[in-house]
Amino acid sequence: MPTCARPNRAAGWAGAIVLALLAGQVAALEPYRIVADTIPEPLAGKVGDAARGAALVRDRERGNCLICHHGDDPAEPFQGSIGPPLKGVGARLDTGQVRLRLVDMSRLDPDTVMPPYFRTENMRDVASAYRGQPALSAQEIEDVVSYLASLRTQ
Amino acid sequence: MRLSLPLMGLLTVMAPAQADEIVSGSTFLSPELRRQQDDPTRNPAWFWVDQGRDLFAAKRSGGGQACLDCHADPATSLRGAATHYPQVDPSSGKLLNLEGRIEQCRVERQQQPAFGYETAEMLSLTAYIASLSRGLPMSVRTDGPAQPFFEAGKAFYERRQGQLNLSCKQCHDGLVGQKLRGDTISHGVGTGYPAYRLEWNTVGSLHRRLRACSLGVRATQFDYGSPEYLALELYLAGRAKGLPVETPAMRR
Ligand code: HEC
Ligand code: HEC
Repeated sequence: MPTCARPNRAAGWAGAIVLALLAGQVAALEPYRIVADTIPEPLAGKVGDAARGAALVRDRERGNCLICHHGDDPAEPFQGSIGPPLKGVGARLDTGQVRLRLVDMSRLDPDTVMPPYFRTENMRDVASAYRGQPALSAQEIEDVVSYLASLRTQ
Repeated sequence: MRLSLPLMGLLTVMAPAQADEIVSGSTFLSPELRRQQDDPTRNPAWFWVDQGRDLFAAKRSGGGQACLDCHADPATSLRGAATHYPQVDPSSGKLLNLEGRIEQCRVERQQQPAFGYETAEMLSLTAYIASLSRGLPMSVRTDGPAQPFFEAGKAFYERRQGQLNLSCKQCHDGLVGQKLRGDTISHGVGTGYPAYRLEWNTVGSLHRRLRACSLGVRATQFDYGSPEYLALELYLAGRAKGLPVETPAMRR
């Protein structure tokens, strides 16, 4: 049954202002080099951890990849059907190819639905909590790359 | 008085989706949720409609006029009203949705304090008035004074936004029928709102739904009743021309 209370939005506003102040201080992203359809070198020379990558792919607050992709675990409930299945992606693509597709797929396909996970320029109306930051850090990209590279069985 | 059974039947047999043809969000509900929505004894949103009907008839404190005093026989006089919103208010030149019009009546004509967006009173009245148009085709004006608002809404709909850099169009034109986690993406028409969403466990407005999509792509959430969402609402309504009003719908 409906009740006659107003939602309290004051707390949300205060948080948004603090985050907006922090967002002004974010450093530029680490540079990378594109060769053909790959980024051959690891971002910022980081070494990826496949187990952390697996968790990021599943994590609804971070990678949240399974919102769009079928992952490697058929037991995971509610997987998306928008992108290609991730099973066997490590056999289809080499690590440099996977890295570029995560960093900014729009370099290969300007109309792509796949979000750019390591890009901050040329984006509009980004929520203040995320403004000026990439969706994944250089370390997190490398973690996800090493996890995806390990998915070799089709 | 609730919707007559023949009309309920008509809503239930709407054709399934075809390429390019824009269809209601109800088309994508699970069969069980669809049945629950279409059964007024099991769709909780009808409580809001009932409360809205009561509020519509209630005298204001201090002895002012009730909505009913100006709008006698609302089942006839307001039937179809919701199909024409949002619309440009000729006196102010502002774009008003149904919530905006109700608030205007409340403040200017009844001289009462505004309800505020997303209050139980506003949701109930909007749900009630929209329910009086159930089954009638959406028919907003998108030309004349409405055109700049419509164009602004269209531009909003088509531009990429948020940290995930997606436009409304990419999902609601390009990916209709695809699974986004547990959701099946629809054409994103708002013809069932205010709607009871299981995720909210309550009734919410179309702008609350829009805020959820904005948050989904990590984009700025505009305020309830903001010019951005009003223009977007007009674009969605124009895109939905001819689709029947289904308020109060149920959604996942
Ligand atoms: C909003 C939907 C969406 C999300 C979220 C998403 N993807 Fe994608 N992804 C796609 C689409 C669509 C494609 C196909 C891109 C194209 O061809 O333009 C794709 C392509 C890819 C590819 C290339 C696959 C191939 O076989 O060519 C990889 C790898 C990938 N995504 C990994 C990820 C990972 C890892 C995440 C999370 C960190 C993620 N995606 C999140 C939609 C998404
Ligand atoms: C990443 C995909 C995605 C994007 C981008 C997106 N939405 Fe949605 N939207 C959804 C999903 C999933 C739902 C819930 C299922 C449904 O009804 O389509 C939804 C629901 C809706 C609904 C309710 C439809 C109904 O009948 O209940 C509307 C209206 C809507 N979206 C409009 C928009 C607008 C306008 C934008 C841009 C500001 C937008 N969406 C951006 C995925 C998206």
